[in-house]
Order: sequence, then C-alpha cells, then structure tokens
Amino acid sequence: MPTSLNEHIVSSYEDELTGLNKAISEMAGMVEQAITESANALLKLDLTLAQTVRDYDKRIDDMQQRINDAAVSIIARRQPMAADLRMVVTAIQVANDLERTGDMAKQLAKRTQQIENLGLAPKFYTGMRHMTDLVAEQLKAGIDAYLARDGKAAIAVCNRDNEVDALHTSLFRELLTYMMEDPRNITQCTHLLFCAKSLERVGDHATNIAEAAYYLETGLHLSADAQQRAPR
Amino acid sequence: MSLDIASSQASAPRNAPPKMTGDKVCVFYGAKQALFDVDLKVEQYSVTSLIGPSGCGKSTFLRSLNRMNDTIDGCRVTGKISLDTDDIYDPSIDVVELRARVGMVFQKPNPFPKSIYENVAYGPRIHGLARTKSDTDEIVHSSLRRAGLWNEVKDRLNEPGTGLSGGQQQRLCIARAIATRPEVLLMDEPCSALDPIATAVIEELIDELRENFTIVIVTHSMQQAARVSQKTAFFHLGKLIEEGKTEDIFTNPKNKQTQDYITGRIG
Repeated sequence: MPTSLNEHIVSSYEDELTGLNKAISEMAGMVEQAITESANALLKLDLTLAQTVRDYDKRIDDMQQRINDAAVSIIARRQPMAADLRMVVTAIQVANDLERTGDMAKQLAKRTQQIENLGLAPKFYTGMRHMTDLVAEQLKAGIDAYLARDGKAAIAVCNRDNEVDALHTSLFRELLTYMMEDPRNITQCTHLLFCAKSLERVGDHATNIAEAAYYLETGLHLSADAQQRAPR
Repeated sequence: MSLDIASSQASAPRNAPPKMTGDKVCVFYGAKQALFDVDLKVEQYSVTSLIGPSGCGKSTFLRSLNRMNDTIDGCRVTGKISLDTDDIYDPSIDVVELRARVGMVFQKPNPFPKSIYENVAYGPRIHGLARTKSDTDEIVHSSLRRAGLWNEVKDRLNEPGTGLSGGQQQRLCIARAIATRPEVLLMDEPCSALDPIATAVIEELIDELRENFTIVIVTHSMQQAARVSQKTAFFHLGKLIEEGKTEDIFTNPKNKQTQDYITGRIG
C-alpha cells in the first residue's frame, strides 16, 4: 500500500483532513490526561482532583460530537476514497473509543469519591498502581500508533493487552484474598474490583485504537491470528 | 441494489473464463504510442470500469475492444484481444459482426434523426435479426423495456428520438445498442452529459443489464465507478497501473499513483 501521501489538489479538503486529525490528537490528549488524573486521584484519594476529572468529561463528550460532525460532513461533501476514507472512518471509531475511555476515567473518579472515607490500607494499592501504569502506557502507545499511522507499533499494543488481562486477573485474586482474610475489607475491595474492571476496559479501548491504527495504515484488519503470528 | 456484502461480487460463476481478454495490447496513433502492453481480463456478466485522467488511454482501450479504432487514420493495434476464444483482430473476423457482438454507447446521446421505433429497429434489421414486422416489434418492445424507457415512450414510438430528454435519449441509445443482442456492451462516459437523476436511472439500468450482458464502462466519476462496477482498472499515461475488485481499489489501492488519483492528490 502507498505509504507517503501527497497533498490534495483541493487545499480546503486537505485542511479539513488535517483538522480532523488534529482534533483526534487533541481529544486523545484530553483523555490521556483524564486517565492519568483519575488514577492519581484514586491512588492518593484526592477528592478535588476526582471532581475535576468528573467535570472534565463533558468536554470530552463535546469533542467526540465535534469529531463525528466533522467526519460526517467530509463524507457528505468530499466523498473520501482509499486512505482518506480510512482516515475519516477510523476517526469516528477512535473518537468513540476515546469517549468511552473518558467515561472510564469518570467512573474511577466517582469510585474515588465513594471510597475516600473508608481508609484504605496501602497494601491494597500495590497491584492497582501497576495496573494504572500499564493501562496508561497502553493507551498512550495506542494513540501514538494511530497518530503516526504505525502498523507495527499497533501490533505491539494489541499483543500487550494480554498483560493487562493477566494483571486484572491477579488483582482480582489479590483483592479476593484480602476479603477472605477480613470481611471488613469487603466494601473497600469491592470498590477496587470495579476500578480494576474499568482499567481493564481502558486497555481494551487502547487495543481498539491500535487496531484502527493498523487498518488506517494498511487497509487490512488486524485479525487475532495475525497478532499471534507477529513477533512479540 | 441491496447491500448484500457476501454476494455483491457474485454474478459470473466462479472461475468462469473471461469474456474478453487483452494480452499485451499496444495502440499507436501514427508514431505516437497511446497504450503500452495492457493485459486486462473482462469477466462475463459483470461491470468493469476503466478510470484514469484524461489522455491516459482508457477510451483508446475501450475502443479497441470492438475495433472502433479502425476508423481512425494511422491507428495501429498490436498484441491480442480475444472475445471468448476469437482473436478480434484476426483477418477472418467480420468487423460489422464483431460490433454487433460488442455494442457501444457513447458519451453524448446520439440517436439517429429518425423515430424512436426506427432507432431501435435499425440494427436488428440490417443484421438480419428481424425478418418480419412482428419480429421487429418484439425486439423494439423488449429492448425499450430492458432499457427502462418503454413506459415513457410507448405512446409516441413514431416521434423523433431527438425529441426526448437527454437521459431518455441515452437510454434510447442503450436500447439501440442492446437490440442487436450484443454479448458485451461498451460505454464511454455514458452519464457525463446527464443530470444526477438521469444518471441514477442509467446506473440502475447498468446494474440490471449485467445479468445478461458483460459491460465495460469508461467514467471520469470515481463515485460512479465505485457504485456500478465489480472490477476497476486504473490507467495512467497509457499504462494499466492497477486493476482489482472495485471495493479494494477504492478502499485500499496498492499503487501510489492509483491512491493519488482516486483521492485527488497531486501525483
């Protein structure tokens, strides 16, 4: 497939596609920030930060709406083809995944506000910290692969999702152990279980974004068997 | 056409031999070479669209499929073009008969200055397909019906064809082309002089006609190529750059020149 792209003859079309890409990049930055801040709020039980994240979600939703409107308008007026068509279609997909990721950040922030008074023991957080770090990395890598149209980096992101899943499973076991040790832990640990689930979902959205990146670059779908065949 | 993803490409039986085959086709106008070693297979009962910028050789290739180029002084064709297994440039081929088998519809509707009826009846009559009045009537009726024009003209068959609207005239020309029961229908930008509604009617017609005819269409509208054809071939500077399933060409072309052209980039 062609890799480098020349400029369009119609410069306003070129500007619109550049603008769409820029909007995705901007939205991605907002969502990354929301995830990082919600993780910080959770780990430090920072209520103010949690509230900031919750308020911020509206802006992320608005951004998705703007991207969708721009994409629909380009389809209606320009009838994009080939790489342009893939760019516009994946922009809609990626904006959707980013918006869902933003919702997950909001969920984490809400949970943080609920568990603030429970006085969590620091040991509960070790696994959670790992998970937030890994998920934030995955999200960043997925977004970078998309913005750079880098299929290889996209494969790497998809392959690493197993790590997120494994960490989620082990975190589940760990929290279950605390609950069995002392039933007074149950409320806190249940909250953390939901947080872990939200983070695991963020990992899935990161994978979706990486798959969109692969399709954007190659025009092919990154099927499960292609991921397995790819070098780890 | 319904959006049946699984079967939208399925018309000709799998592995059916191509209806027409171009093998290393070169066309020269005097000293100037217009086509370079074009290899292209046209599948039976499907629509093949030829796209590319002006002067890329797509119309030249189309015209060489029924030897319309013979009428141009100094035009020379090398390589081989077959219709089924017949080499159409073989000296034993009767060109008039060839053009009855491979019909053509042009860019500008060009009905004869005769009645609607005579426009359609003329071909079958001179090719000896209709001996009696009732034979001719039958062919005229069925051709106009197939061309989707019957209901609009049935009460005025004796009025001049030139009195119809542009879109109707083009459908009359299609009716005239299919009246000789061709196997292949060549269309050279059949909608470029028509409004969007008339264009949609012709596109719908093309989709229906491919059940019985093999169609090759030259078009400058890439959206049209994407809408009507199953296979697309991209020409540039006299060379066939890329050909493939239409959906692949328009979502994921392999060649950079194709990509630049269909996305409207400076190549």
